[in-house]
Amino acid sequence: MPALSSRLAGASLAALFACAAPGLAQEGAAGKSTADHSKFEILQKEFSSGPAVTEACLSCHTEAADQVKHSVHWQWEFDNPETGQTLGKRHVINAFCGNVVGNEARCTSCHTGYGWDDMSSPPPQQSSAVDCLVCHDNSGQYTKLATGAGHPPLEAKGKTITGADAWAVDLKKAAQSVGLPGRENCGGCHFYGGGGDNVKHGDLSSALYEPTRDVDVHMAADGLNFTCETCHVSDEHVFAGSRYNVTAHDTGGTGLPGMRRDVATCESCHGDSPHPVTIKGVKLNDHTDKVACQTCHIPSFARGGVATKTFWDWSTAGKLDENGKPISEEEFVQSDGKHLHTYLSTKGHFEWGEDVEPHYAWFNGQVEYTTADRTIDPSQVVEVNRIGGAPGDGVSRIWPFKRMEGRQAYDTELNHLVYNHVWGPATDTAFWTNFDWARSIEAGMKAAGAEYSGHFGFVDTYMYWPITHMVAPSGDALDCEECHARDGRLANLAGFYMPGREAMGPGGMLGLLILAASILGVAGHAAIRLFTRGKGGSHE
Amino acid sequence: MSELHERKVKVYPRFERFWHWSQMALIFVLLFTGLGLNGLHGLIPFGPAVMIHTLAALALILLWVFAIFWHLTTGTWVHYVPTTEGLFKVARFYAYGIFKGEHHPYRKAYWRKHNPLQALTYLALKLILFPAIWVTGLVYLGYNFWESAPDSSLWLQVVANLHILVAYAIAAFVVAHVYLLTVGHSFREHVRPMITGFDTVALTPEEEAYLEQDEPARLKPERS
Repeated sequence: MPALSSRLAGASLAALFACAAPGLAQEGAAGKSTADHSKFEILQKEFSSGPAVTEACLSCHTEAADQVKHSVHWQWEFDNPETGQTLGKRHVINAFCGNVVGNEARCTSCHTGYGWDDMSSPPPQQSSAVDCLVCHDNSGQYTKLATGAGHPPLEAKGKTITGADAWAVDLKKAAQSVGLPGRENCGGCHFYGGGGDNVKHGDLSSALYEPTRDVDVHMAADGLNFTCETCHVSDEHVFAGSRYNVTAHDTGGTGLPGMRRDVATCESCHGDSPHPVTIKGVKLNDHTDKVACQTCHIPSFARGGVATKTFWDWSTAGKLDENGKPISEEEFVQSDGKHLHTYLSTKGHFEWGEDVEPHYAWFNGQVEYTTADRTIDPSQVVEVNRIGGAPGDGVSRIWPFKRMEGRQAYDTELNHLVYNHVWGPATDTAFWTNFDWARSIEAGMKAAGAEYSGHFGFVDTYMYWPITHMVAPSGDALDCEECHARDGRLANLAGFYMPGREAMGPGGMLGLLILAASILGVAGHAAIRLFTRGKGGSHE
Repeated sequence: MSELHERKVKVYPRFERFWHWSQMALIFVLLFTGLGLNGLHGLIPFGPAVMIHTLAALALILLWVFAIFWHLTTGTWVHYVPTTEGLFKVARFYAYGIFKGEHHPYRKAYWRKHNPLQALTYLALKLILFPAIWVTGLVYLGYNFWESAPDSSLWLQVVANLHILVAYAIAAFVVAHVYLLTVGHSFREHVRPMITGFDTVALTPEEEAYLEQDEPARLKPERS
């Protein structure tokens, strides 16, 4: 990007690389640290469990567990200061597997702790319940069991959180390898949200472990090689970058060295006028107050060969074959030839997409959730999370989103979205075991302690996921006419004037009339001249 | 009245010709890109169209700054002072007399090269249409300087519509302007003075003597 390179050619480029350096250092270069954990006596022993490792960690890192316990990663709870809503995984309903409550040991497999098996209580109190290794293991062989409430597999049995066959984790090796988190640490959970690779976010997939430059210009293995933490800066184990209360318009800019360790925005490195001072660059810089960087610079998501789930219809789940066995269909073929589920008796019908064009909306950073206590209008598509913002409010910008389309259960009497109990191999109510919606919902509502009429139906839903990863190289950024066109990407956004998009206005119509009158007048004049053979006198 | 003598007199000095033709080229570039930006053709993508439109507009404004300076310092502005004298005759000629094969009623003078209707039209162009397109264009281009004003999106729409309206009015002028080159002399004869600078002007002996004596460069030597 000539724009970026010229702007960053000076001091800010140095700052950028300085910023990237910790990330680069930790990947396969643990020796750069001042501490070699393999030499620590307390780690030179066999560990019998994850918590045993944590106890060893805390013997030196005395405040670490307490810090982690103040993070969303631990609490799964977020009090939105703007809307007053209590959100977080503990509380919200989504358009994927629905809810954590009632499905704990499966869902809490990705908790940064050990043994949280009841959502009605906070996470376990003891410090050793914090899972240090899930973020800090650099041996590459630490993982968590898919159904173990956060515990690692200690024998080759079951599946891991990424869906792979489990192996016996070597806790000693993991403990001796610790360092700063790499992509594998974050990706193990965040790339697999929603039950599989890229299912949930669309812009977070296993393609980011080793992306090419065109998939992610920042994380490209042969380029800047950023880790997640290069942007998602942290302070006392609390990370920047919230999906509930988004810094949708960062006007703070880059700041000085040592400043601003609080945001993961593009602007915190690139500033708010990142394009060069040319006629084009100035015009592009004029856009940054109304258009998020991501809108032009992430032309599509689910790039790099991993599809994302775009539609999930729970209402068709539960069909069984003539022998009473679950059915599966795998009609979607990913670009790498892999077949993906398009029907599962446990989950219903799916659609998938690769290189998906985002949905665009004005966004002020606020997301309001249709929590289970909200009344919905089932005659409309229910927005599981409503994107706040409007043109002309002085704050909002146009952002790209993955719009997940769903069809999920609700209470037809109370008009509330419902919690469902899907996972529970040993219960007679879990949907994935018993294929009975009535019992599944009743059990889910009971687990959540929510009021339920006993009657349910299915309602169409939308759920919005801000797209901010998979930034493309500047050459792949959207051309102007992708939006400045009658049928462009922003054709459906209303309430503001945008050159090139609007139908002909009164000025154009009146002007065309004037032009037409002039052409007709001239043609008429010429015709009469020909008819009368008047040469049109000379001056003599 | 003394006898008139036709001579080739320089009526369009070099700067005026440069101004005219570069203005013409820029206006065509602006019309072409502007029509594209408004979706009337798809011959140029939006981004390059905006860039070319902006650069051409800025170039034209710069040209205009020079042209205004030139008009004021050389006194050429007097050619555009409106007059009602002969105005009606010219209007009547275009509307009626031309079809009867009448002669054009205006006698071009070296110190007054436009007929009254022409002068009035050019004056209106220079005082109304061109300023209107610059002002609306600059306000449009500078949207980011006033976007925080109330209802700025609505005002942007108003400005855009006015800009487009004036642009079409200028296009209408171009149509009439080019058509009128076919009236009277041949098209080529009409265009030639704006290329060579010299036009055939009937001079009084006094005028001719003055030019011979004081501004000989403005007279083409007569072929002997």
